[in-house]
Amino acid sequence: MVEPMKSNPTILLVVVLLLACGGNAATTTTPTSVADEGTVVLYSGRTEELVGPLLTRFEEEAGIDVDVRYGSSPEMAATILTEGTDSPADLFYSQDPASLGSVADLMEPLPESILSLAPERFSDPDGRWVGITARSRVLAFNPELVAEADLPATYRELVDPQWSGRFGIAPTNGSFVTFVSAMILLEGEEATGEWLEGIAANDPVTFDGNSPIAAAVDAGDLELGLINHYYLRELAAEQGSITAQNHFFTEPDAGSLVMPSGIGILSTSSNPVAEDLIEFLLSAESQAYFAETNFEYPVSPDAPAPGGLPAIDTLVSPVLSSAELAGVLDQATDLIAAAGLA
Amino acid sequence: MSTAVVDAGVLSARGRRAPVRLLGLATLTVVPLLFPFGYLLWQALAGGWQGVLPAGRLAELALNTLLLTGLVVIGAVVIGFGTAWLTTRTDLGGARMWSTVVALPLVIPSYVLALVLLTGTGRQGILSGMVVALGGDPLPIPRGLLGAVLALVVSTFPYVHLSLVPALRRVDPALDEIARALGAGRLKRLRTVLLAQVGPALRSSALLVGLYSLADFGAVSLLGYDTFTRAIFLQYAGRIDRRPATLLAAVLVLIALAVIGLERSTRPPRSERKGRVVRPGSLHRLSNGRRFAAVTFLTLLVATSVGVPVAVLAAWWVRGTAAGRETVAVWSEVGRSISVSIGAALAVAAIAIPIAVLVTRYRSRLGAVLEASAWTVSALPHLTVGLALLLVGVTLLLPLYQTLPLLFVAYVTMFLPQALGPTEAALREVSPNLEEVSRSLGQSPLQTFRRITMPLIGKGVLTGAGLVFLTTMKELPATLLLRPTEFETLAVRIWSTTSEGFYTRAAFASLVLIMISAVPMHFLVSRDLRHA
Repeated sequence: MVEPMKSNPTILLVVVLLLACGGNAATTTTPTSVADEGTVVLYSGRTEELVGPLLTRFEEEAGIDVDVRYGSSPEMAATILTEGTDSPADLFYSQDPASLGSVADLMEPLPESILSLAPERFSDPDGRWVGITARSRVLAFNPELVAEADLPATYRELVDPQWSGRFGIAPTNGSFVTFVSAMILLEGEEATGEWLEGIAANDPVTFDGNSPIAAAVDAGDLELGLINHYYLRELAAEQGSITAQNHFFTEPDAGSLVMPSGIGILSTSSNPVAEDLIEFLLSAESQAYFAETNFEYPVSPDAPAPGGLPAIDTLVSPVLSSAELAGVLDQATDLIAAAGLA
Repeated sequence: MSTAVVDAGVLSARGRRAPVRLLGLATLTVVPLLFPFGYLLWQALAGGWQGVLPAGRLAELALNTLLLTGLVVIGAVVIGFGTAWLTTRTDLGGARMWSTVVALPLVIPSYVLALVLLTGTGRQGILSGMVVALGGDPLPIPRGLLGAVLALVVSTFPYVHLSLVPALRRVDPALDEIARALGAGRLKRLRTVLLAQVGPALRSSALLVGLYSLADFGAVSLLGYDTFTRAIFLQYAGRIDRRPATLLAAVLVLIALAVIGLERSTRPPRSERKGRVVRPGSLHRLSNGRRFAAVTFLTLLVATSVGVPVAVLAAWWVRGTAAGRETVAVWSEVGRSISVSIGAALAVAAIAIPIAVLVTRYRSRLGAVLEASAWTVSALPHLTVGLALLLVGVTLLLPLYQTLPLLFVAYVTMFLPQALGPTEAALREVSPNLEEVSRSLGQSPLQTFRRITMPLIGKGVLTGAGLVFLTTMKELPATLLLRPTEFETLAVRIWSTTSEGFYTRAAFASLVLIMISAVPMHFLVSRDLRHA
């Protein structure tokens, strides 16, 4: 790549100029990895697009800096497990209960004052993490390309040859992995493996995340997509109007799973501010934000429901514990990989 | 005085023994760069491989990766050889201008080219819109192999072009004339005369392109083509168990080492013919028809590899903004990217100097081994550099974990040879006699270096720094894994917004990255060609 070359004063000029503008930037962006007074370190498996604005609001209102490390939920869980007692993180905010379950042993039970803010069914039975929002698995479809009446009755029918090449999935995304974990618990490993192989053989279009599936279905590049319910609402908020719609499956199986996102405090943290952040996320203001801006279901019973969606009480969902889901998380990843989807 | 004379006598013998302190310094610089890979391989072995990954999966990834690598090498070498030949060996007008613009795709990272494909095609795509307006069907989104090959060929053919241009300029016309006089036909002369002379440059650029394709992470991930890098990251991000990612990374490191080793062991011995070109070769006369075809080819190439990507990104951004999609300001990302790139450029350039002095001024087997090691680790996939340093950081070097210093170790690992090359070249231009005179006048080696050598090689050092700056700006996978908390760079932002489907934001950030890279790239490329 590097041809031996001589130099020229223009390079010097460029470097000096860049130095000059970089010098200013450097002073404003010094990172801190050690939590000091008024700083809380958050490992977030939820994306910056979804929770960043809310965290900024907390920083402004509470006068506390939130240092957020964004990544996928399993990645952050693995990071916490590797770091062990040396983890700089105070809190772990996860997209899926399975990742929370895998680090629950490293978390401190939360006080009753926090746990009482969310219904029990969305939190850890042992009180080590609390649910913040709930999301339902759905089938997004483009009504211009396929009528709702013609949609598969359950996700299982997606292995039918008639859907070949017509649907999108995000097989490596945390939500899909949790969905597969639920399937293992409800239907057994063998049936799950067979279904995944059937899906792989049915020419799915695979993505790394849910948002691009929502966009592809809406644009008409795809007819169907397995995603979480709020991605289409987000797209609508961004684009003004959308064509694609959510279809909620009506059988209480993995396809209709309602999954909490949740947050917990690590035992290694002695930061008193950590609880403030959780209380903020469960406050009426934040819960309303989740409903109105992200179109997620707030866990707080007092919060308004997201517009244009069925009430959360009307959704059927299997009841599964996060510990059980965590127990089969890597098994789910193995099955997905064995089917050739990851 | 007499000792100084004796000293000078010893000095004048090129190939004297290297000072222990210099050897020690160079060793202390390079060995820490090797260690993380050793640790990665050891961890992979310790973790075991049975049951961690199905063997079929490994074979599939290997096949996919090699297929992609092979196709990209063929595509890039054909295009790069074509542009280099047209601009050096023919009487095509404006050769110098063409030679520069053809290298411009270097400012566009492969993950941005993936974004261009995603925003250009599909029913909402910018290019699809134009095709539909002309009465055609929307272009399908080229996910998988096709898209990955397109993005990587565009990313890599300029490297082939840049390394072939000087080689083609050096081609000795006498050999061709002799062959012609002996009755060799055009094809035979192409094979036995031209290719024989540019062979080494062709081989090394093909190796470079191959390693680039093997290592690419951004484009294959965003376009969903399953290679080792994509699988490593998915395993890393998608599960609690780190063993599969570690094992895959170790396998990829071994494959890359095998490719490098294969190239080294089959490389013909270097035959330097002194005083070879006595006159420039005669240029191939293009007929009017062929000249037209050549200009059309170059125009289309530049348009598709630079013009279309920038236009698609700009159009998508304008359309998205007009539709009310917000573009988040990326100025703090710009600040981080520029400051970290300048830091890396200065650090790498400074670290390269002692090694370059050792290699060019002394005969030292250890020095040669250290230099070769630095070249080898820099050719390993950046994702594996990131993963190896992450493992070392979290288990052995906790105070450095998630800090800028660890990220800088990664930049030194990946980019040291970029600074070594120009620095060594500059040192070779400086006569050791000057340094010997200085020593004989009683100056210490350090004083000599500071007052005589450094001022003379300053520009070479800065050229190296400029190259490191540019590659650091574009670097994605290692930065993604090793960045300190809250230290999102421009590249990381483009990656995260693209993979989340926020293409309007990603397009804006990409345009900013291209603009920042374009200015210094222009100077480097045009200089490179002028002095070739």
